Amino acid sequence: MPTSPSDASTYDLAVIGAGPAGLAAAVTAADLGLRCALLDAGRQTGGQYYRHPASGLGAARPDRLHHGWSVYTGLADRLAAHREAGRVDFLGGHQVWALERTGDGYAVHVTLGPEAADRATVPAAAVLLATGAYERQLPFPGWTLPGVVTAGGAQAMLKAGLVLPGRRIVVAGSGPLLLAAASSLVTAGAEVPSVVEATDYLGYARRPGVLAAVPGKLVEGAGHGSALLRHRVRLRRRSAVVEAHGTDRVNAVTVARLDADWRPVPGTERRIDCDALAVGHGLLPQIELATELGAATSTGPDGAVALQVDARLRTTVPGLWSAGETNGVGGADLAIAEGELAAHAVADLAPRPALLRRRARLRAFAELMAAAHRPGPGWTGWLRPDTDVCRCEEVPVARIREAVEELGAGDPRTVKLLTRAGMGWCQGRMCGPAVACLAGSGEPGPDRRPFACPVPLSQLAAAED
Amino acid sequence: MRRTPAELVGAEPGPAHHIEFDGRAVPALPGQSIAAALWADGVLAWRTTRVGGRPRGVFCGIGACFDCLATVNGRPNQRTCLLPAEPGTTVTTQEGHGRADLAV
Repeated sequence: MPTSPSDASTYDLAVIGAGPAGLAAAVTAADLGLRCALLDAGRQTGGQYYRHPASGLGAARPDRLHHGWSVYTGLADRLAAHREAGRVDFLGGHQVWALERTGDGYAVHVTLGPEAADRATVPAAAVLLATGAYERQLPFPGWTLPGVVTAGGAQAMLKAGLVLPGRRIVVAGSGPLLLAAASSLVTAGAEVPSVVEATDYLGYARRPGVLAAVPGKLVEGAGHGSALLRHRVRLRRRSAVVEAHGTDRVNAVTVARLDADWRPVPGTERRIDCDALAVGHGLLPQIELATELGAATSTGPDGAVALQVDARLRTTVPGLWSAGETNGVGGADLAIAEGELAAHAVADLAPRPALLRRRARLRAFAELMAAAHRPGPGWTGWLRPDTDVCRCEEVPVARIREAVEELGAGDPRTVKLLTRAGMGWCQGRMCGPAVACLAGSGEPGPDRRPFACPVPLSQLAAAED
Repeated sequence: MRRTPAELVGAEPGPAHHIEFDGRAVPALPGQSIAAALWADGVLAWRTTRVGGRPRGVFCGIGACFDCLATVNGRPNQRTCLLPAEPGTTVTTQEGHGRADLAV
């Protein structure tokens, strides 16, 4: 069997995900004397937030693509020192597909490389989940056209590959990622004719005390705002892209005003020419490695399912901790604070009170942000019967409505069995929230998937050895 | 003249090489994914869907959505947003489930 450097001995802690939360957790745990494995599906550290150009691209100023780049380089330097000293092994290109509880801890099962050509098992006494989030999508007519990409996807391709999907890019959806994406796209040379945000931002004003306690967030927001002003980007609030036009690729979008419930207001449609659309409606915690073990979850103010953790960031599964977006989406600063807190808890040490207070302030802001951008129920008003909801299996709205209204399906699972929506490659990651909404069951429950990513059968067979 | 992403970060990449896309040469910079090299060449679609035969390319860019699948070096269903563009990599537009060669 192929081996990782880890196979020789059991780690004190395996940290899954090398983004802000995982990096902070691994270096803090190593500072506190624990021997750690830091695993990530990507080949370099940073996760999605600190995603940066591959070294072959010779980027002299990666900081220009990032907010707070020095925070990342600080963490990366600490990691390098710990790696040198043998306290942390960074296992890049390691995609974790399952966690297995063993007698004295965990077996972390991974496939290696983007083609999943090999496998390994990393033994650890404890596991810290820092797998972050992926974007929430709501379908609309034309959203499967080439040139329609997720807002995070546009950023990821820009940051890692230094490429843009087009020259004139509309940015639409809801949430703080839109402003960050629009600001990096215009700074990198794209024209952004409009940022289309479904809310009116008034949600933030409801709790001024929470806002005042996180001045850094206001500075960050103002930074994006001034970049957009400088490039004359128009911000349309309480509006949405209700259709993307084109045959082989997007060439225009229709934008409409929304009422308070996100229902399009008839007669307010406007067409905007563009050659790309970056769209997203917030983020969803990526928690299947924990829910598969039965970890308890709760639904946040944004309607997203996150892991339930206690004050020391323990999940309800013994020996399994969670930090950052997996506990509810809140951004990099919060993820770093939670990574440090979780590391202290795993080492069985009390954290500094200042760190606890910082986490509380940032968590309160995260909840305010989540509530402000929660999708309103009226978004289904922009769907048409032939709009694909499930991109993988090409299941249109009409088939899902038929399953619900004529065949009596009342929950996403029954809709899935009757229509195949959510049964394709992405396993419902793209269509899950929309299917749950159309099924009329309100909030989606936690997904239970035996594997967190595709695993070749040959490797499953080999795992039985 | 607007700025490019490479100018923004002061990139001085190693020499470009080529990958093959549907029989023609497409330049790629060291470290770029296959999807990034195709985007840089203005190509946004390299798959047609199984049911409707509709074009697809990158959607999520992080390996979650599987829309960017293509046949790479003869292997179908490869996520091009995760795979590095290596010198000599061949990429073919994938039709349907990409396993036409298995048809009986």
